Parts: sequence; structure tokens; C-alpha cells
Amino acid sequence: MRTSTGARVGQYAALLAYLVFLAFPFLWLISTAFKPPQELASLHPTWIPENPTLDNFRQAFDEQPLLRAALNSLLAALAAAVVAVVIATPMAYVMARHRGRLTKAATGWVVVSQAFPFVLLIIPLFLVLKNLRLINSVPGLVMVYVVWSLPFALWMLAGYVRAVPAELEEAAAVDGAGRLRILVSVTAPLLAPGIVATAMFAFITAWNEFFFALVLLKTPEKQTLPVILTHFIGAEGVADLGPLAAAAFLATLPSLVVFSLIQRRITGGMLAGAVKS
Amino acid sequence: MTSVTESRRPARRAPGADRPRRGPDHGAWFLVLPALIPILVLSVGPLLYGIMLAFTDAQSGRTEPTRWIGTLNFQDLMHDTLFWESFRIGLVWAVGVTVPQFLLALGLALLLNQNLRLRWPARALAIIPWAMPEVVVGIMWRLVYNPDAGILNETLRDFGLGDGRDWLSGLATALPAVIVVGVWAGMPQTTVALLAGLQNTPRELHEAAAVDGAGAWRRFRTVTWPALRPIALAITALNLIWNFNSFALVYVLTNGGPGGRTRLPMLFAYEEAFRYGQFGYAAAMGCVMVAVISILLAVFLVGRLRGGDEA
Repeated sequence: MRTSTGARVGQYAALLAYLVFLAFPFLWLISTAFKPPQELASLHPTWIPENPTLDNFRQAFDEQPLLRAALNSLLAALAAAVVAVVIATPMAYVMARHRGRLTKAATGWVVVSQAFPFVLLIIPLFLVLKNLRLINSVPGLVMVYVVWSLPFALWMLAGYVRAVPAELEEAAAVDGAGRLRILVSVTAPLLAPGIVATAMFAFITAWNEFFFALVLLKTPEKQTLPVILTHFIGAEGVADLGPLAAAAFLATLPSLVVFSLIQRRITGGMLAGAVKS
Repeated sequence: MTSVTESRRPARRAPGADRPRRGPDHGAWFLVLPALIPILVLSVGPLLYGIMLAFTDAQSGRTEPTRWIGTLNFQDLMHDTLFWESFRIGLVWAVGVTVPQFLLALGLALLLNQNLRLRWPARALAIIPWAMPEVVVGIMWRLVYNPDAGILNETLRDFGLGDGRDWLSGLATALPAVIVVGVWAGMPQTTVALLAGLQNTPRELHEAAAVDGAGAWRRFRTVTWPALRPIALAITALNLIWNFNSFALVYVLTNGGPGGRTRLPMLFAYEEAFRYGQFGYAAAMGCVMVAVISILLAVFLVGRLRGGDEA
């Protein structure tokens, strides 16, 4: 379509403004992470560190148990992602292929669960997990994360299932294949990319999660990265900016890498889930 | 979005007769069970338990048994001016974030839907805030807002716009400052959803309208918007809920300060429950939050749905 040059220029200007708005805080974080203390104390901070240093990273690891926290985060996020996908895929299949009360109830839960305020959920969860002696433990946190990532996982997976033609399954059934066999050898392989994308999304969600981890994990050796990051900020809100920025930057990298891998699929998955709306 | 499974089945029911359905489908139950049990135990159950707690005097670390106290918590809550102030802040925050979020996201989605050269890096960049841990977003903006070492004040100084200020601890600036962060953090998700909707709008219609001489605004009103409406409504409703329930961002940015000016209801309830151990009272707050949000949402959706003639 033809667009006038003036309009084009306007569009590019607007896009540039968006890019600046979206990118500058992240660039500033990176810049701060590599600045030596003198430059951070300077009243005229610069975008590019004059004497870039890695000291902030060293100091960050000295001040807080970052490695331990990263390991906890990794464990919690991996376990949550795998379990969520394993239990969500069959249910999403049913939601996509069958109607009936079960599907209606499940869909209703997916929608309603978005409206829960976490307070109403976290207090009873806290009490239940306390009785099970799962407070301050990564497995306890994983259980919460699994259920917490289920609505979106079900939503995405149901979309992917609907994209697999039911005719394929019917053909296999005509050939005499049993139900489970059809699922395992016909449907699952076609779903694989969607399942992987969903698992990665669940991984990022758990890796980034803060509220449940804050409430459920009490001791530093059990806490996940987001919780440990807040320890860099003192009680009075005073923070050692350099190490804070360095640690925050490192904590973001895994999410960014995984997210860049599935970026396209997330968009597609949301679309698939929304087509019927 | 509720009708996930509608419209697929009817055509297939009749020919499906050659594959006999075993009663109410036991196979389906078997497939659903692994997810259903955790949902019941860790989501539906706790939710009901939480509503129950609101009618008790449950406290942390108490030795006497918890008692039913009827609606006493709710009566106390009615007179708790601090809570209602927090609630008001929560509404200002939720609306203040959701509306600009939608408008900015719509603009960005429309741009990304054009055939512009910078589209690819723009899409990648637009998604970064989504991938970041909320805690990191909070930390990042603390660095931006930092009165001395922050880039915001430095930029203002460069342009000769005064000495800048301590944005996050100023009584007047704290709430607007965190709202900007909220908009920034939530824009990508909204953009992606709207972009998906845009790519679903029929291109032929667009071209036909252009040929008929319809200007950009008219094309948007008559072709794009009707197709985008359902998604726009859904994502706005969700954003409103998510923003109202938001916690981590503000916890990191201001922890509710200064003087409670940014104390969102979630922060309030969190402190009540886990700092002061008032589980019952905090649960009552949660109930009130759900109730009010549900009502607001119902009003919003009914109003919007009635606003347009197309379904």
C-alpha cells in the first residue's frame, strides 16, 4: 500500500521513540553494572563507563549467595516446567477435543484463576504447606509453581492441540490403534514443538517469580534469585548500586536467552488460544 | 475466550457414531486426573479455605485454637481507613497503568504491523520487559530514578530542566513514578496480544477500504477496530486484574512508601498476614479485593459489550 513520505517519517519517529523508551532502562542497568564506585558516586553519570570494571560482579558474589540462589532457581524452574507440561498436556488434549462438563469446568477455572488475588491463595497455601513441612523447601515451592503455571500452560497447549487435525487421529483409530497409542504415536510428536515452547514459558515464569518465593522460603540457602536480589537493597532503601546492577543483570540473562528461543511460538500460541474468542 | 471448545465438535458428532463413545468417557477422566488433583488440592481447595479463614480469627503462631468470629473481620475492615486508602491507591494504580498500557501498546502494535524497516529489532526489544523478572525491572528503574547516579535526573540537568528530584521518595511523585514502571513492564504482553489480533484482520477488507478512499483513521475505525475488539477487551480486562494484584514491582521500588503513598492492597495484605500474622484479617482483605474487582470487571465488560452492536 502506498503511504505518503510524511506519514512514513512520522511512523519511523514514533517507532524510534518506542525503542528508546523500551530499551533505555536496560541499557542503564548494564552501564551501571560495569561502573567503578567513583563513577557511581559522581554527580554527572555517563552512559558509557569511563573505566569499565568487573569488580561489581565479584563483589555481588561476595555479598550474597548468588550461586546457591541461582541453583535453587534453576532447580525450581526446571522441575516446575517439566511437571507442569507433563500433567497439563493430557488435560489440554481433553479440553481441546471434548466438550462436556469437565471441559467447561476446566476452562472456567483457567479464566477465574487469573482473577485470584494471591493473598487469598497464599495464606491457606502457607498453612497447608506448613502442616506438610514443606515450608522453606524447594519442592514445596515447585508444587505451588506447577499449579500456578497451569492456567497458561493449559491455554497454550489446548491451542496447539486444536491445530493438530482430528482427522489424523480418526484415521489411526480406523486402523485399529488404541486411544493411548494414538495419543503417544500420532498426537504427541506433532505437539512436541508446542510442548517444548510451553515448558520454556513455564520455566521463565518460575525463574522470574517473586511473591510465593518471598513468603515460602525463609533462609538464604533456600531462597531463589529474585528474593536474594532484594537483599542487596538495605532496610532504609539504600543500596550498593554497582553490585545490585551486576547481580540483576546476571539474573536476567537466562530468561532473556530462553525467551528469545520461544518468542515466535509464544506469539503463535497466544494467537492459537485466542482464535476462538 | 471462554468458548475454547465450542464450534469444533457439532459437525463431527454424527459421523463419530462409528467410534462408540463409552458412556460419559472414562478415558477423558484418566487424562484429566494428573492435572485435576493438583488443581483441586493446591488451587480450588486453598481458595475455599482462604474464604473460610476470612470468617475466623486465625493468627500465626497462636496456641489457642482458631475460632469462628462471623463477619467481625469484615466489620473491622469497613472502619479500617488505612485499608481503604490502600484500596484507593490500588484502583488509581490499576487504572493508571492499564489505560496508558493499552494505548501505548495499541500504537506500537499498529506500527509493528506496518512494513517498516526496523520491525525485527523492534519486536525483539519490545518483548524484553516481558522476559525480565519483575524484581529486576524494579531494580532497574530504581537505578534510573536514583537522585544522584540516575539517568533521569542527569538528563533533566543536561536539558536545563532543574536539578531533578528524588522521584521514589517524593510524596507527590512516588505513585506516578511507579505507574510509569508498571506501564513499561506490562506493555509487551499487551502489544503481542494486540499484534496477534491485528494479523488476524482481513487484509482484503483493508485494501478495499483504501481503494474506496477511506483515510487511515476511517480504516482503523471501520475495519481494524471491529476485528480487534474482542482481543482488546480480553487483554484489558486481564491487565486490570493483573495490575490490581501486582506486588513485586512496587515492593522493590518503594515497598509501599513514602508514607504509604504507594501501598497497594497486595502489599497491605502481605504485611498484615506475614509481618503481623493476622491471617484471618488478611484473608478478609483478599475476599473484599476479589469482590470489588469482580464487580468492576462485570460493569466494564457489560458496558463495553453493550457499547458495540457487533458481537
